[in-house]
Amino acid sequence: MPILVVDVMPKAELLDPQGKAVHGALSRLGHTAVSGVRVGKRFEITVDEVTDEVIADVTTVAGEILSNSVIEDVVSVREADAR
Amino acid sequence: MRIGVVTFPGSLDDRDAQRAVRFADAEPVALWHGDHDLAGVDAIVLPGGFSYGDYLRAGAIASVSPIMAEVIDAANRGTPVLGICNGFQMLTEAHLLPGGLIRNERGTFVRRDQTLRVENADTAWTNDFSAGDEIVIPLKNGEGGFIASDDDLDRLEGEGRVAFRYVGVNPNGSLRDIAGVTNERGNVVGLMPHPEHAIEPGFGPDTDAAMRSGVDGLRFFTSALRALQAV
Repeated sequence: MPILVVDVMPKAELLDPQGKAVHGALSRLGHTAVSGVRVGKRFEITVDEVTDEVIADVTTVAGEILSNSVIEDVVSVREADAR
Repeated sequence: MRIGVVTFPGSLDDRDAQRAVRFADAEPVALWHGDHDLAGVDAIVLPGGFSYGDYLRAGAIASVSPIMAEVIDAANRGTPVLGICNGFQMLTEAHLLPGGLIRNERGTFVRRDQTLRVENADTAWTNDFSAGDEIVIPLKNGEGGFIASDDDLDRLEGEGRVAFRYVGVNPNGSLRDIAGVTNERGNVVGLMPHPEHAIEPGFGPDTDAAMRSGVDGLRFFTSALRALQAV
């Protein structure tokens, strides 16, 4: 069954406390090349088939439910590569 | 007066909210998230807790539960609606209130007796205060950082829709120290701290007068009664 992947990230201009905490841990472990971390979400949505209509519906869901536009951006809605 | 308290899967403070309603001499009515029925209540409280384990985003799944259709209709008709903590998160997710709540700035869960300043004493849930009053009620959250765009924040301030501001300590990184906001009409109010935990002597925050004697939270509920009686 095909899978649509939705990527959601906290808005770039907002503080991401989760990413900041991960970055702090990496710094403590000596990964000095890492200068920043942001943590987002990936949704894998299984659909019966991929049509323009289905993509439109998932895109709507991504914007209205999977993300909150006040604090997050939908980065992409795409079909997963075949595995 | 009958004030409904909606219980969602993972609500924690629904019983406390019901008790607060009773202490304000109103009748609490238990409402269920899965029903499309408000049982004819005069006002609604969305209580604190961790509905759906904060999955997706805090309050996000609860905000699309069956009863929320009726809650949104009622709010738009002017029924007083109070969202406390997780309930505030639901109200922002349901777009009844502006802004959003994100993880606390320092990444840790915070529990403290919190001083707030009442900025707007004209709402359905604050009219028993005076603007500028400082009150102390418990705060306990992990995702209480209030954020909105600068334009939205300016608009909220300009329209007097900041209901409460943190005083002394900003516990969670909320922008402009905002602890609670109201809608344009003033019938919908949401805040992160918990008025329902400061309603009975012996169980509230400490005050200068005596340990655990703080009952500032009770006036949220008496405010709703005053608002309903004024209609």
